[in-house]
Amino acid sequence: MAVFRNITIGQYVPGDSLVHRLDPRTKILVTLFLVVGLFFIDSFSGYGIAAVLIGLAIATSTISPRFIFRGLRPVIAIVILTFVLNSFMTEGDPIWQLGFLVLTKEGLFRGSMLALRLILLIVGTSVLTLTTSPIALTDGLESLLKPGKKIGVPAHELAMMMTIALRFIPTLLEEAEKIMKAQMARGADFESGNLIQRAKSLLPLLVPLFVSAFRRADELAIAMEARCYRGGEGRTKMNLLLFRPADYLILSGSGLLIIYLAWAF
Amino acid sequence: MGQRSFIEVEKVSYSYPKGQGQEEAALTEVDLTIAEGEFVAVLGHNGSGKSTLAKHLNGLLLPSVGDVWIADMNTHEEENFWKIRQMVGMVFQNPDNQIVATTVEEDVAFGPENLGLKQHVIRERVDEALGIVGMSEYAKAAPHNLSGGQKQRVAIAGVIAMRPKCLVLDEPTAMLDPIGRQEVLDTVQMLNETEGITVILITHFMDEAVRAKRVVVMDEGRIVLQGPPADVFQKMELLRKLRLDVPPIVELAARLRSRLREFPGDLLTVDEMVTALCQLRSGI
Repeated sequence: MAVFRNITIGQYVPGDSLVHRLDPRTKILVTLFLVVGLFFIDSFSGYGIAAVLIGLAIATSTISPRFIFRGLRPVIAIVILTFVLNSFMTEGDPIWQLGFLVLTKEGLFRGSMLALRLILLIVGTSVLTLTTSPIALTDGLESLLKPGKKIGVPAHELAMMMTIALRFIPTLLEEAEKIMKAQMARGADFESGNLIQRAKSLLPLLVPLFVSAFRRADELAIAMEARCYRGGEGRTKMNLLLFRPADYLILSGSGLLIIYLAWAF
Repeated sequence: MGQRSFIEVEKVSYSYPKGQGQEEAALTEVDLTIAEGEFVAVLGHNGSGKSTLAKHLNGLLLPSVGDVWIADMNTHEEENFWKIRQMVGMVFQNPDNQIVATTVEEDVAFGPENLGLKQHVIRERVDEALGIVGMSEYAKAAPHNLSGGQKQRVAIAGVIAMRPKCLVLDEPTAMLDPIGRQEVLDTVQMLNETEGITVILITHFMDEAVRAKRVVVMDEGRIVLQGPPADVFQKMELLRKLRLDVPPIVELAARLRSRLREFPGDLLTVDEMVTALCQLRSGI
């Protein structure tokens, strides 16, 4: 049983498009603009323009729309729920009535607006995670948070934690599989029974996994110390992030565009 | 200055706190000097204190009593910590638990980055270190896709990228398969012979100790025996008492010698055995 074969961390799809090659900081900032902007836009035409822009980004990233829709699937229920609830719960001109449920014109408008906003948010942010490797994301975040150090934002520590987490996810998954097999060999049953029973049967898997994770953490800390690690102070990096003309252009362009959209629509 | 050897362990005792004010002695009055460029194997059964000794050599542990001097620097003095750790690199038993980064080259860069080196210097050192351990083609690989021996070579590269004078390896092969063990030991031996790096190999495999120039045998926190491997392995009775196995070739040589007076008793490797056997035959 290969439960954890071929796991990929995040949803990064390697590629060499213009979007892939942008500095991660640019992509993080543009995504941030987009998220904030989407909350300010309050008209269908505004969303239309935002959708075209996101579509443009997807087209240049050469990522197949399949991946985008795959990212949407888990949240589709929430989108529908938001739409239905808003459509029926908003007061206004009644269009259609079923018992005590009243569908109003204003409700329909608000519901579809919120649903659109959610969809665009998810699609927009997934362009970031689909085109940026977790390592690049971590580096970008560290670099962006660095100015916050003065007010106590632990930029380096956060980035280090993310790196170590990414590094150890495959290791721990492998270990979980090993423990699972060892317990199945002794008659443990992970696959039958209802949800609660199955959750319960995972407990004997989690305990040794946690114990070993703590042991690993201890050893890793000693190994890091032996390699002269003493926090972010005085540390340099081999791979420096580089802002290219394209980054400046896209960052300022999309920034202005989104401000304009948020203000005008 | 300069009158001390490269590494000097002077009457070092160390005890681990056991809780409730209790302590457990791990090292008792250990004296050891190691010259620059030496290849020393430290042998001992589990709990003999060999790993504790290793952690004293770069200030991860500080002696309860006594001093450790590395290139005239006392590990007790805090301002020497980072210089000592840069000078004495350490490789641990479990390769998984000492690789920090998500790609091989990023991990090798971790040490030099901690030293605050310039970007191009780090790049050079990473490429060089990966070249030395023969892992250049895996520079962009993810550590979890490598074999145990490869991971351990990456860990060694991560240490030599800091340009240490000395490499302390704490049972580096204990978790590896025979091929991985061979890879790691060959790399270590090559580092000692061609790069002139002092090597201290902590192990409980007797056949690994054969590669060293000097063997130090530990038991219950004390050094009980030391000398060239050929001499140390002659003391078979003592080694057995310390629950250490004598390498098969040494054992075979000893048995042959007990029947044949003229057979040399200080053989360590298969090659030496073959030569001796051939000479024996041509002598008859």
